[in-house]
Amino acid sequence: MEHASTHAVPAETNTGIDNRKVGIWLFLGSEVMFFASLIGAYLLTRASAEKPAEIMQNAVPLISVNTFVLIVSSLTMVLSLAFARRGNQGSMKLALLATILLGATFVTIQFAVEYPRLNSEGLTMDGNPYLFGSTFYLLTGFHGMHVLGGIIWNVLVLLKAMRGAFSRENHAGIEFAGLYWHFVDLVWIVLFTLIYLL
Amino acid sequence: MEKAHSSGIGRYVAVFVGLGIITAVEVALGAARVINLDPGLLVLVLLVMSAAKAALVAMFFMHLRDDTKWFSLIFIFPFLLSSLLIFWTVFERLG
Repeated sequence: MEHASTHAVPAETNTGIDNRKVGIWLFLGSEVMFFASLIGAYLLTRASAEKPAEIMQNAVPLISVNTFVLIVSSLTMVLSLAFARRGNQGSMKLALLATILLGATFVTIQFAVEYPRLNSEGLTMDGNPYLFGSTFYLLTGFHGMHVLGGIIWNVLVLLKAMRGAFSRENHAGIEFAGLYWHFVDLVWIVLFTLIYLL
Repeated sequence: MEKAHSSGIGRYVAVFVGLGIITAVEVALGAARVINLDPGLLVLVLLVMSAAKAALVAMFFMHLRDDTKWFSLIFIFPFLLSSLLIFWTVFERLG
């Protein structure tokens, strides 16, 4: 079986910066605008009517825990990169696995616990008050799908790591997956405040 | 030219602790209302704390602090543009 190279391959560049990394950052910049449009729609809905305060207030304890879960996952993701840079393969894989499990915990709590609870309390996609439900589910669901995408990306990175694809010199794959993962965490940090605390 | 990254685990843990503390204070102020702040001031405080957390993640976990400033520009420009558009639209709606 052919083993993936662990040597750093010189990155293609037109600007002096790795093209792939420029691409990732441009993608994240476009994602900012995407989320901004949904946040704008949510805030406009909020400007038209009060949010269902009691329902949202009840959600805060569990969502606070979920926020903490995502923050811990950001730590494990960045630790995975740090371990890769130190050539500590075992810890790198362990930290990646922890990131995947924490991400899975986040989406499970959101989709399988929180959404059904909110639905049962009357916060639905097609109900009142004033489209709050539809903008809420669209925004948080869109973010949740991003977390799901990040989990899949991290699983693929972990599989590559298991085949020995990363080393002290060659760890760009972990760095790129990490940039996306931290971005998803960063967006949730903003959403948590805007949706649940304000 | 990209600068060398610091892979200091201690620094990452310190940022994580900072994020945890700010989140706890946010929840205490915004949800538990442990201090009775003026609503306008509370909104401002919560937004500043949220921005501080986002900045910590971007600067240290995403390494914008150590990387080329082009990445900061690519990332921050859409933030500023979208914030401007959102505030403009919402204030126009409220006004």
